Amino acid sequence: MTNAPQNRKLGRTALACAGFAAGMLGLAFASVPLYDAFCKATGYGGTPRQGPVPTAVAAKPGDAMLVRFDTNVAPGLGWKFRAERGGVEAPLGETQTVFFHVKNTGPTATTGVATFNVQPELMGGYFVKVECFCFKEQTLQPGETLDVPVVFYIDPAVRADSNTAALSEMTLSYTYFASKNGQPVTAALDRGGTVPGRGNF
Amino acid sequence: MATAAAHGAHDAHDDHKPSFFARWFLSTNHKDIGTLYLLFAFCAGMVGAFLSFGIRMEMEEPGLQYFSNPATYNVFVTGHGLIMVFFMVMPALIGGFGNWFVPLMIGAPDMAFPRMNNISFWLTFAGFLSLVCSLFVEGAPGAQGAGTGWTVYPPLSAAGHPGPAVDFAIFALHLSGAGSILGAINFITTILNMRAPGMTLHKMPLFAWAELVTAFLLLLSLPVLAGAITMLLTDRNFGTTFFDPAGGGDPILWQHLFWFFGHPEVYIMILPAFGIVSHIIATFSRKPVFGYLAMAYAMVAIGVVGFVVWAHHMYTVGLSLQTQSYFVFATMVIAVPTGVKIFSWIATMWGGSIRFTAAMHWAIGFIFLFTVGGVTGVVLANSSIDKYLHDTYYVVAHFHYVLSLGAVFIIFAGVYYWFPKMTGRIIPEWAGKLHFWLAFIGANVLFFPMHFLGLAGMPRRYADYPEAFAGWHKVSTYGGHIFALGMFVFVIGVVLAFRSKVRAADNPWGEGATTLEWTLSSPPPFHQFETLPRIVDEPGHH
Repeated sequence: MTNAPQNRKLGRTALACAGFAAGMLGLAFASVPLYDAFCKATGYGGTPRQGPVPTAVAAKPGDAMLVRFDTNVAPGLGWKFRAERGGVEAPLGETQTVFFHVKNTGPTATTGVATFNVQPELMGGYFVKVECFCFKEQTLQPGETLDVPVVFYIDPAVRADSNTAALSEMTLSYTYFASKNGQPVTAALDRGGTVPGRGNF
Repeated sequence: MATAAAHGAHDAHDDHKPSFFARWFLSTNHKDIGTLYLLFAFCAGMVGAFLSFGIRMEMEEPGLQYFSNPATYNVFVTGHGLIMVFFMVMPALIGGFGNWFVPLMIGAPDMAFPRMNNISFWLTFAGFLSLVCSLFVEGAPGAQGAGTGWTVYPPLSAAGHPGPAVDFAIFALHLSGAGSILGAINFITTILNMRAPGMTLHKMPLFAWAELVTAFLLLLSLPVLAGAITMLLTDRNFGTTFFDPAGGGDPILWQHLFWFFGHPEVYIMILPAFGIVSHIIATFSRKPVFGYLAMAYAMVAIGVVGFVVWAHHMYTVGLSLQTQSYFVFATMVIAVPTGVKIFSWIATMWGGSIRFTAAMHWAIGFIFLFTVGGVTGVVLANSSIDKYLHDTYYVVAHFHYVLSLGAVFIIFAGVYYWFPKMTGRIIPEWAGKLHFWLAFIGANVLFFPMHFLGLAGMPRRYADYPEAFAGWHKVSTYGGHIFALGMFVFVIGVVLAFRSKVRAADNPWGEGATTLEWTLSSPPPFHQFETLPRIVDEPGHH
């Protein structure tokens, strides 16, 4: 116990162990962006892909899928939010455009941010959004309304996956949350498209 | 096992102990720290048992009898789970028996870092205090304490618990986790560097092997939990959105991180028990353990595979069929090394001259009950069946068979086996056997009906239930009373041991008890192995 070479040996082992522990701690945090990237790349957990993406499969003529729209506003945000239609019969591989209406029914200007998901989650890999309003902070004045488009198509490769080959319906769900990091927007601000994110709608 | 050629290591030096405060509060002696861990585990276990008694009393009949607020019932469930996992089973099997017997079995004078050992214990103790604090501050709106379940899933643990109770629970896990990681580093360093001359890894007793594998599991899995609960803490308090979809986070990520820790954690709780049961079976069959190397590497295999099966706790989150198939297969693979172990224990007894001591009762009871729990585990491994049984009492029955009847039975087996060595006193055999039969019957009456409840659809973590489930819940509660009766017999046995004038011999179990701790006096000297024992190879002895 008291001799120096033995102590050095003990120290080395302990240091290696501490390194392992620190490495695993680092991996736990690294898993957050990795998981995010993994979901975006594979559509895992119902994360729609951001398109357009190349597809290897040609659509069968007349093969379509009913896409339903689901709109929610989280508690704490006084907005009304709905899709222009309840659903759309989307031929595979064809681009669809659907408008969503948002209105601030509250008495003050508020900032919201939308997140989205598809069900069944396995459709995430085949539901390609060409344009959307997701994760863009949006500030609405009292009574202000906004029409935002979602442009998407369903990758015909959906029929080549045994998990989803027989599906005929799916749901695209949006939820508006009060923005956690929302900055108050002054009335003097030009409403014509300089609000961050507005230009991308 | 190998036999020590050198004796006399324990009779040559002075055996002088520090004063009471320095000995127990500033302790750097592995045996004293082991004793502290065992006493702590017993006290924490009593608190955990009190909470489970509250659960069983409430579940005896439908309707709300004792808990006017069901949120408080959830706090009891959560407290019971966290205490039993982190402050009873782990301190007893790793901190307690591990500290006591790993250095003795490998012929080391102490742990590699005695002061760090002390820090480990007091961090665990502080963690327990933090968890107890969490019971008395607001958690869910209108209720005290964290009612999140031991899995602490967001959003319930984030948006669902605005009060500080969950923060206290997270600190409890931080503290005890840090203590366990330091302890794991200590075990690995000790076992890899301080074995007696001649004791190669392949001659090392199976309990030391078990603690080595356990320490690696702790080292690799606990930092992931630490990271995850830190993220949860910042989500709760500093506006981050790791697990909050409002900011692009994903609550499912928590489940992945938690179970990446949580699954190895269940092996962390059972592997030391595997080590202990091997020694008890070998000792009381008067035979070396059957298939020593296979036993050691089966534990390594269980540890390795245990890291790649975590999503079998998450079959209902929407995994693809291929992912589910993988996790079903990987989970079932674990049954193979586990089967090797069960087979080898039985093969050790086969043809042995068996003595049915109290410790042997507990060990054989463990093999039987752990196998029952293992079989229901294989059932639950199937994702198709699991979707029906997910979060039902079937799952509760399964993990209590492997933990309450597995790990806990072996904690008692270890106490009855090593009590003469640790204290120099002898618990009367009748007390150990009576305790065993009360616990065996009680635990089966307590947990077996839960299989029926789960199959009938009774969900976990509810304070109330429809009339249809009342019958088996009542039976289950009666089982809890029988089990509790056994605890009184245990305490009586310990009291009798200390009142008796009978003293234990160095090796009270005679032939069969071949590991190094039995070459020392009972109790061992304050400092042992100042002259290192030399291990000579004897054919057929490992």
